[in-house]
Amino acid sequence: MSDHVELSNLTKTYPTPGGPAVIVKNFNLRIRRGEFVCLIGHSGCGKSTVLSMLAGLNEISEGGIVLAGRELTGPGPDRGVVFQSPSLLPWLTAYENVMLGVDQVFFTASAAERRQIAEYYLTVVGLGDAMDKRPAALSQGMRQRVGIARAFALSPKMLLLDEPFGMLDSLTRMELQQVLVDLWNRNHLTALMVTHDVDEALFLADRIVMMTNGPEAFVGDILHVPFPRPRDRRVLLEDPEYYRLREELIEFLEVRAYTLKNQSPPPSPPRPDGAASREAAPRSAVPMAAPCPTTPSVLSAS
Amino acid sequence: MKRFRLDWLVLPALGFGAVIAFWYFSSATWAKELPNPTKTWLASRDYVLKPFEKRGEMDQGILRFTWYSLVLVTKGYLLALVLGTPLGFFLGLSKTFTKTFDPIIQILRPVSPLAWLPLGIILFMGAGKSASELGALFTIAVCAMWPTVLNTAVGVRAVPQDYLNVARVLKLSRAKTLWKVLIPATLPYMFTGFRLSLGIAWLVIVAAEMLTGRPGIGGFLWQEYNALVYEHIILCILTIGIVGFVLDRLMSLIELRFKTA
Repeated sequence: MSDHVELSNLTKTYPTPGGPAVIVKNFNLRIRRGEFVCLIGHSGCGKSTVLSMLAGLNEISEGGIVLAGRELTGPGPDRGVVFQSPSLLPWLTAYENVMLGVDQVFFTASAAERRQIAEYYLTVVGLGDAMDKRPAALSQGMRQRVGIARAFALSPKMLLLDEPFGMLDSLTRMELQQVLVDLWNRNHLTALMVTHDVDEALFLADRIVMMTNGPEAFVGDILHVPFPRPRDRRVLLEDPEYYRLREELIEFLEVRAYTLKNQSPPPSPPRPDGAASREAAPRSAVPMAAPCPTTPSVLSAS
Repeated sequence: MKRFRLDWLVLPALGFGAVIAFWYFSSATWAKELPNPTKTWLASRDYVLKPFEKRGEMDQGILRFTWYSLVLVTKGYLLALVLGTPLGFFLGLSKTFTKTFDPIIQILRPVSPLAWLPLGIILFMGAGKSASELGALFTIAVCAMWPTVLNTAVGVRAVPQDYLNVARVLKLSRAKTLWKVLIPATLPYMFTGFRLSLGIAWLVIVAAEMLTGRPGIGGFLWQEYNALVYEHIILCILTIGIVGFVLDRLMSLIELRFKTA
């Protein structure tokens, strides 16, 4: 299958008094159509920076992004974004918040059709009875459901999720992961989700992209998640393979995220087709014996 | 202090009582020219009990005078909002605009209405008879607009980036961003400005009427000072205070409605 999204040599620098600070350097990633990719790494490593460049909210310093054959130049409703905080407009009801986007994208549709779209997605995320409530009257989890409905209702070319469940308690988080995956199973939108939760990534993703620690963060390794879909969390938890992959992710975050940091970012090979995974920084090249610059503290693998 | 039954009634009554007692005491001792409360009431009874009577141009019921003042204040106040709100939005939205106009605003802001009024009358000298009214309107607008300008600007700058990101991601047009995001997000700040502006507008009207001699609560006050009817000065002061208080209450009720948004 062809690449739907292509991030090539993506670099983000901020000018500082002491010279430019390089947050992300030579970030390369190809995502196939219909693929769910999770971006994992320590907080502050630049995951969200990559995502907001994709969303068009953050300027790209160097490199470029191609989505469905076209180079991105700014934000647009062809990408549905779910923010970390639900970012609902508090003076609009749940329904009106979703309609704000629907009106924007489906301006040629009739009013009744647009209403149906908004109502459909709100119902699917479980807010059929709460459509006319304002965000203040909704729980944090329900607000994020609205955020998910708003993103999906745009029928975007791509879904961008920036730690959407980071602010929720673990029970609500699992509930919402299910809501997200149920919705995603219906139409397999290409998705990139930033998270620091290893279990969340394993449950949702087809591939997990591991980022090295910043500054000058890049793709350290990519993990294939082979579990068939639709996935059942309980079945997953009984699979020994799940724990092997989990171990690998944690090993990356605890050790290689640090050791790779000292390597120069891999050059960008102009490959003919990026179907392969594990392309970046093969493990054999990593000096495993190298001491960690800093001891990793608690992992957010809860 | 401990609360007791009816404290909401008894304590304010005590406060009023203390001030009235001091008033009696003053007029009996060190301020012989000051009419005492009883005399004030007797001299004002006609104006209060027949509040809408018109006996002559400068001899009318107290609410009739108040009404004239309120009409003028409303016009000037609306002018202040119409000018001040967009100005506040420009200041909040554009750094260049702020850099250009903030210094001059900071200099004009503290100028007293008494200083603006003569300029206002000169500006509208060509209007003949209505020069004093237009001058008063100008003064009210130019003095009352600043809280609206500054609060709106602060409100626009305080719009959360999250909301603006939503607007950018959905590619809302400029007009839609303004009406669906910026204005609703700024409303609570705007209404704080509106309330403060109304307070100032009511302060200015009295000064404006005193200087122009227009019929109204301030004009009446000044005329009675010149006519040596000091009881009526006190009547006017109390009326101005009560009306100002009521206006502020009304505005804060409206403000509360928008605070939840």
